[in-house]
Amino acid sequence: MTLAAPSTTHAVQSQSKDNALTVDNVYKQFGANDAPVIAVDHMSFDVRQGEFVTVIGPSGCGKSTLFSIIGGLMGDYQGQVRVGNEPINGPHPAVGMVFQEESTFPWRNVIENVAFPLELNGIGKAERHERAQHFINMVGLAGFEKRLPSELSGGMRQRVSIARTLVSQPKILLMDEPFAALDEQTRLLLGDKITQIQQELNQTTLLITHNLTEAVQLSDRIVVMTYRPGRVKRIIDIDLPRPRTSDVVSSAAFGKYVAEIWGDLREEASRGMADSESHAVKDAARG
Amino acid sequence: MAKSLYIGPYGRWLPIAFGAMTVLGAFVLLEILLRVGVINRYIVPLPSEVLLSLPRIIVEEKVLARCRETAFEMLISSAAVIAIGVPIGVALYRYKALRNALEDWFAALAAAPIVLAFPLFLVMFGRSATTIIVMSVVSGVAPIILKTTEGLVATRPVLLNVGKSLKMTQSQMFWKILLPSALPLIFTGIRLGWTFVLISVVGTEFLINLGGLGQLINDLAERYDMPGTYAAIGFVILVSILFFISLERVEQWLGRRT
Repeated sequence: MTLAAPSTTHAVQSQSKDNALTVDNVYKQFGANDAPVIAVDHMSFDVRQGEFVTVIGPSGCGKSTLFSIIGGLMGDYQGQVRVGNEPINGPHPAVGMVFQEESTFPWRNVIENVAFPLELNGIGKAERHERAQHFINMVGLAGFEKRLPSELSGGMRQRVSIARTLVSQPKILLMDEPFAALDEQTRLLLGDKITQIQQELNQTTLLITHNLTEAVQLSDRIVVMTYRPGRVKRIIDIDLPRPRTSDVVSSAAFGKYVAEIWGDLREEASRGMADSESHAVKDAARG
Repeated sequence: MAKSLYIGPYGRWLPIAFGAMTVLGAFVLLEILLRVGVINRYIVPLPSEVLLSLPRIIVEEKVLARCRETAFEMLISSAAVIAIGVPIGVALYRYKALRNALEDWFAALAAAPIVLAFPLFLVMFGRSATTIIVMSVVSGVAPIILKTTEGLVATRPVLLNVGKSLKMTQSQMFWKILLPSALPLIFTGIRLGWTFVLISVVGTEFLINLGGLGQLINDLAERYDMPGTYAAIGFVILVSILFFISLERVEQWLGRRT
């Protein structure tokens, strides 16, 4: 059962024609049937064409499981994920994934990393480098084409991953906490870059995160998840003006949204923390 | 206050110079101990005599031709350990049951003194280059198998997920992600394997008195040409050092790309 609260400002539109992505009643459990761990509990929401939606929830709420399901990396779940009207079964070319962990290929330089998906499609070197260069410029890495990932900062490497995903021109950009390992200032600046790219390409984007500031800074809508089992607690429209930059974080409206979402998340995060502590106590007792 | 890590314009060469001076100092000390009679000169030759006999050995004992023989055996064995070791390592990665069954045995093989089994190989392959090559392959293959498996297993799952998200085939996944990711560790295995191969080739040549540099040492020792024997040993050590330095450089270069 979905726990969408009455205050939900946006109804789930799983049948809408302009949906780029629909998550329809998705349920996933791990472990044996006698002691199951329900990671995702009948979640439903949609992402419209050109929209930036963020799924936010406390650690351990099933966000990454949802990311893997939508990206087609995890099977054996109930419900349906659709790209347009097409149910997806495994990785779909319309969905481009950016991972939480650093995922550049260390043995390839920047341009070879970005051009990698084009290489797989058999596109000639000159053309793939030309197309890769466009996205390298877009993420602000012009001049670093020949550098190896080991010669770049964490933020730059993550931008390489984003450019590599964008080069395939996916309909939907799916990102799992791509800035989790970065400091707050870099995170805000990369947020600006993402907003700029999203607006330039009118890129439908689904971001999974636990970071409140990031979620409000970037999103048109935010799906708040409950802590275990992961359900939709609330979907909130973010009515902040676009084009948007990181300057928005100093506005009163921004603070209001952050406070509102934190109000929803506080209880879930507390449950998560209590759960972790109880596990730690049990583990310690077991020795 | 923290000490500066700057080691000055000559800092890079200082350790090398110190190492060379230490070796030189040891030779000078040995020369003195031999000349004053603390060490018996009939057992250990003077380092100066060893040095002076090096040109004689190179010219009279046809060192270059012997190097070619040893190099040929090395080349065949080195290629064979890769051709055998890497596919077996890949198979151990692919089939976990196989890995569970065999990995410990290969680890044991890597640590075993195969050279002691030379009479068995002599019986099987005769006093020939084949014996040297087979023994060397058996000596050098295990580290390559183990490091290949280790490298493939150590591939970061997120890189495999990138491959899956791009719908890469099994073959693309292997050639474009798994193998390049595992390459530095595979090369570590190759460096270790080739080290064992070189030791085995020269050692077996010495033991069965056949072939290149190993046989030269044996010949000179049997003639009781002590300066010549030590000069030949020194030459082999020099070749080995150059060989390992080159391999280490390649390994460092690969390491920088991971």
